[in-house]
Amino acid sequence: MSIEETIREYILENFLFTDDQSLLSSEDSFMEKGIIDSTGILEVIFFLEEKFNVKVDDDEMIPENLDSVKNLVAFVGSKA
Amino acid sequence: MIELNDNALSIDYEKEADRICDFLRTTLRTELKRRGLVVAVSGGIDSTCSAALAVRALGKDKVFCLRLPEQDSTKATGDRSQILVDHLGVNYETHNIAGTLEAIGCYKWRDEAIKKVFPKYSADWKNKIVLKGGLEGKYNHFVLVVQTPDGELLEERLPLNEYLTIVAATNYKQRIRKTVEYFHADRLNYAVIGTPNRLEYDQGFFVKNGDGSADIKPIAHLYKTQVYAMARHLGVPESVCDAIPTTDTYSLSQGQDEFYFALPYEKMDYALWALNHQIPAKKLAEYLNVSKDQAELIYKDISTKRRTTAYMHAKPFLVDDVLDF
Repeated sequence: MSIEETIREYILENFLFTDDQSLLSSEDSFMEKGIIDSTGILEVIFFLEEKFNVKVDDDEMIPENLDSVKNLVAFVGSKA
Repeated sequence: MIELNDNALSIDYEKEADRICDFLRTTLRTELKRRGLVVAVSGGIDSTCSAALAVRALGKDKVFCLRLPEQDSTKATGDRSQILVDHLGVNYETHNIAGTLEAIGCYKWRDEAIKKVFPKYSADWKNKIVLKGGLEGKYNHFVLVVQTPDGELLEERLPLNEYLTIVAATNYKQRIRKTVEYFHADRLNYAVIGTPNRLEYDQGFFVKNGDGSADIKPIAHLYKTQVYAMARHLGVPESVCDAIPTTDTYSLSQGQDEFYFALPYEKMDYALWALNHQIPAKKLAEYLNVSKDQAELIYKDISTKRRTTAYMHAKPFLVDDVLDF
């Protein structure tokens, strides 16, 4: 499974309670769409750190890194 | 045209006190059908002002106050609540809830979570959590700060599980207090006053089914600046009105602004007022002497907190409407 597929599956299953791929576009803003709040972002960070073995620094906790599937994929890719 | 200036929060306190007191009496008579009010007094300005309004509305014999300290409460807040109940002349009870919190596991759960972040942490260390991120354009997140017996301060960003556990454990404090308040309300056939000011109510700075639970909230429409002014107008002793807003929940001294709000309350009041009155961020920036970018982040932080805490105001959701009361 690709990084994007893994992240999409995690978001769909844990925040939207569905496997319907059409409910989440890769560019959807989690905050603007009300998919994930600030506590949810901590859950996403926990997931990234466990699943991809990356460390998310305080300075990296910004929407540009974490607020959509697309941003998450790019962020994890930048850590590789 | 509405303008943001030093007079933006000015109101006629005598008229407002009369309006609130009428509301308290009317609501007790027509909605709640209770014959008095219970107010838990923390030593902070909000419960102080609420208790003083309750006494003005009903007289001292129909108001029952509770002092509910626990092991992390400071002597200063206890002293202030004592001065207040003496000043008001109300009946009151002091009930230290530390034993209940100990029995239910509040301190144990909290300390075990802290030890996962700071393994050497022990009972003689102090702790608090601090909110960071919102004004720097980052996601809001909490940092755990501990102080060793030698006075050394250490801090670490809180991982998810430890953050959730520490907050859940400390929320026991507000929920146990509310349980005690309702015991006395039931025993006396009184209603329970909730004491949030407008900042706290608007921004969700309360514990659901804890301090957020009440029958009536007489100052939820008043900005914190107005609450201080109202308390002074009602003649509350100056030593009580001098209270600096703290959570009085963690053993290290913790201002409400570092725990939850982006700014000290004096500025938060004006920022919230400005947002409520559609004042452009540029005007807020000029008034607060911050950059336009920072003012926009303040507005964004307020809106984010409203959105993420909306569920705390909500009644339980039902599949179908059951009854229209």
